[in-house]
Amino acid sequence: MAKKLKKVDVVVVGSGWAGGVVSAELAKAGYQVVTLERGKKQDRQDYIGVKDELRYTDRYEMMQNLSPETITSRVKIEDTALPVRTRAEMMAGTDLGGGSVHWAGATYRWRAIDFELRSKTIERYGKEKIPEGMTIQDWGITYDEMEPYYDKWEKTAGISGEPDPLGDKRSSDYPNPPMLASPAVKLFKETTERMGYHPFQVAAGNLSQAYTNPDGEKLNACMFCSYCTMYGCDFTAKSDPLATVIPTARKTGNCEIRTNSLVRRVLHKDGKATGVMFTDTRTGIEYEQPADVVVLGAFSFTNNRLLMLSEIGTQYDPATRKGTIGRNFNGQFNITFLGARGFFENKKFNLYMGAGALGGTLSDFAGDNFDHSNVDFINGGGIEMRQYGDGAISTNHVPSGTPKWGPEFKKNSIHYANRSLVAWYTPAVMSWWHNYVDLDPTYKDEYGDPLLRITNRYTDHDRNMAKFGIEKCSEIMKEMGADIIDEDEVPEEFDHIYSGGHYAGGIIMGADPETSAVNNYLQMWEMDNLFVVGGSAFPQFGGHHPTSTIGALAYRAAEGVEKYLKEGGQLAEAKQETLNA
Amino acid sequence: MTEHRPHEDTQKGISRRNFIKNTGLVAGGLVGGSLFGGLLTNQLQKPNAPINSEKEVSHLLEARTFFSNSEDFLILSAATERLFPTDDLGPGAIELGVPYFIDRQLAGEWGMNAKEYMKGPFLQTGVVDAYESQADSTQDQGPNAETQVPTPAFRYQTPMTRGDIFMEGVQALEQTAQEKFKTNFHKLEPKQQDEILQMFDDGKAKMNGVASTTFFNLLLQTTIEGAYADPVYGGNRNMEGWRMKEFPGPRMSYTADIEKEDFIVMKPESLRNYQGH
Repeated sequence: MAKKLKKVDVVVVGSGWAGGVVSAELAKAGYQVVTLERGKKQDRQDYIGVKDELRYTDRYEMMQNLSPETITSRVKIEDTALPVRTRAEMMAGTDLGGGSVHWAGATYRWRAIDFELRSKTIERYGKEKIPEGMTIQDWGITYDEMEPYYDKWEKTAGISGEPDPLGDKRSSDYPNPPMLASPAVKLFKETTERMGYHPFQVAAGNLSQAYTNPDGEKLNACMFCSYCTMYGCDFTAKSDPLATVIPTARKTGNCEIRTNSLVRRVLHKDGKATGVMFTDTRTGIEYEQPADVVVLGAFSFTNNRLLMLSEIGTQYDPATRKGTIGRNFNGQFNITFLGARGFFENKKFNLYMGAGALGGTLSDFAGDNFDHSNVDFINGGGIEMRQYGDGAISTNHVPSGTPKWGPEFKKNSIHYANRSLVAWYTPAVMSWWHNYVDLDPTYKDEYGDPLLRITNRYTDHDRNMAKFGIEKCSEIMKEMGADIIDEDEVPEEFDHIYSGGHYAGGIIMGADPETSAVNNYLQMWEMDNLFVVGGSAFPQFGGHHPTSTIGALAYRAAEGVEKYLKEGGQLAEAKQETLNA
Repeated sequence: MTEHRPHEDTQKGISRRNFIKNTGLVAGGLVGGSLFGGLLTNQLQKPNAPINSEKEVSHLLEARTFFSNSEDFLILSAATERLFPTDDLGPGAIELGVPYFIDRQLAGEWGMNAKEYMKGPFLQTGVVDAYESQADSTQDQGPNAETQVPTPAFRYQTPMTRGDIFMEGVQALEQTAQEKFKTNFHKLEPKQQDEILQMFDDGKAKMNGVASTTFFNLLLQTTIEGAYADPVYGGNRNMEGWRMKEFPGPRMSYTADIEKEDFIVMKPESLRNYQGH
């Protein structure tokens, strides 16, 4: 029998950008909040003196321990899914601050067209431009409505950047100027400008200067130490929840953050959520946390699985294409981030320096910035060249044709250690009827609950986009003066490697309750006092990195929760959309 | 799996001198067995002498905590040396301490798969094997291309831990050497060792439980890790791996240098320096 705790106004599951923003905003507004985080407590002190590539990059120190729980994965509906067993194949954040603590920091707003992708595509190119089986939809919110939330999140995070020359309207500039540009980044920007493109510095969650955000949190300037992606920042120079929304929530005195608290069920009665059941992972004791409003602000996998285990909403069934829970799984896997690697014989770059989001980018081939009449796909993505700061273990890039071990490998890997740069394309991954999430029939977690099962396969559309991007990146590399250019190959199929953290969908947003689980306040259509916030809400992916969109949606959701606490009821009006899937 | 390891040495009751003499054959293209001699014992260290230098302390770390059988360890060592050989650029795997690095990794949580999902049922079908043997061309690309060891990805679907796979793999190297050349793996000519390693790389060697490619990939991954991880883990001895690569080790800040055009070579510093000892 679970131990019952004192009821609060709001219980939030997860402490990353989604859960963290919602917790801070509601605590600031004076509501009593309990935030539950499955992982451990951590802070900046935990990262001082541990710049250790083996431990963090190769042994995934900051990623979820998969021993108690993972996901299963398959390509086709008729396949048997297998567990993704190792952390080399499945990276999901955990611990206080979530995945955002070890993110790189690349920050992009998604484009106006992303939010109305289906209707705008039809408007410009006709219905036949959308391939059979593609289940993209409008978000039920426009870029103009999203803009204030983007702005708010950028200011909280202290994003350092310059506007995208081909970007949509902004109400204000980024709060901080762009980061310094290394010679490699300058080379990318100068070259692509010469080619007639519109490059700009990647907007970064690595700060270009000391900054105090609107909540009074202080951040420092990034020092390019390179221990960034997959690491926590030891200098409070990365925009993450540990540096911003978590201390903000704590300071109010209204928010209790409980770590080592694994939420296993959303409790509900008569169509209303009543709270959550969670287990203290250290003691094994079960607790019940009652609340007026339940917010799931966890990682997309967790948000999906919790609704399924709690039997809330209707599971999507690919046979009938009906049901909303688990629909439109999307994300960026081994068919995205493909491009070309250039090897330079007469140039050496200080590649051991860098920061997660140090880079140059252009969006000439993103969204609808280019004419799609003569290409065999819709939407697009950014082209980036990043300088993360290379570790010694991971930089063994050698020109293709080099053996992968032995004398020649050693010679080339050492010779090219500081001589190769890569440009890649980050195309938007569209949604399809056959890509979805449900519970696995066979494999269980340590409590005997079914694991989450992903069914995900590639389409010609994905492959066409990837090919297009590789060609563009290869041209850029050539112009940059690379002596050897290795183009990435387009993979035939999904390889079940979940790295990079960009996995989304399942509990998607929209205007029509038939095809979406949440409305444009991230409120469940079927349960007024349950909000589901995060990447799980993306009906399809955008052509750039997702973090700022998750941050913006969290501000939108926080507003919704407050509105609900004051007024009750459904906050958005349901509309019927005809999907001729 | 039945073992076909020759027991001539052990049956004779092995003496240290004998052992060094027997293993001091040309290995990995190196003369005089100095590398292997160092693997077995630090002959420079006088018994009962007080320890008074860093060098001597580091030698105290040169002991096995996973491989109980020294012959297995010699096979592992010979294999790593072929993957990452000594050349005019600098030391190879053995001199860098890579075998000890691997030994320690296998004795710890990684070798025991402590944080991996190891619940059944385990499918042991051709499909799984084929997956493990997939080509590695896509490993160098994707969202984490910059932060991954460039070894092929495989899909782990075996109840064996990495420690089990290594034990099995090292013994399979020896068995293949016996079948092909009727000689211990670590006594073969470099060319012959390469031939056998290539068979493992190609998935053509016989192994129990996993495809030989799976073992080979782990061996290659850990060899490269051992060459370049912080010396605290037992490899990259004296930061020689980093020196070859002109990698400086952990630093607090590059703000002053990030815009500089010229390549900057720094004297490497380890975690031990960084943590302020």
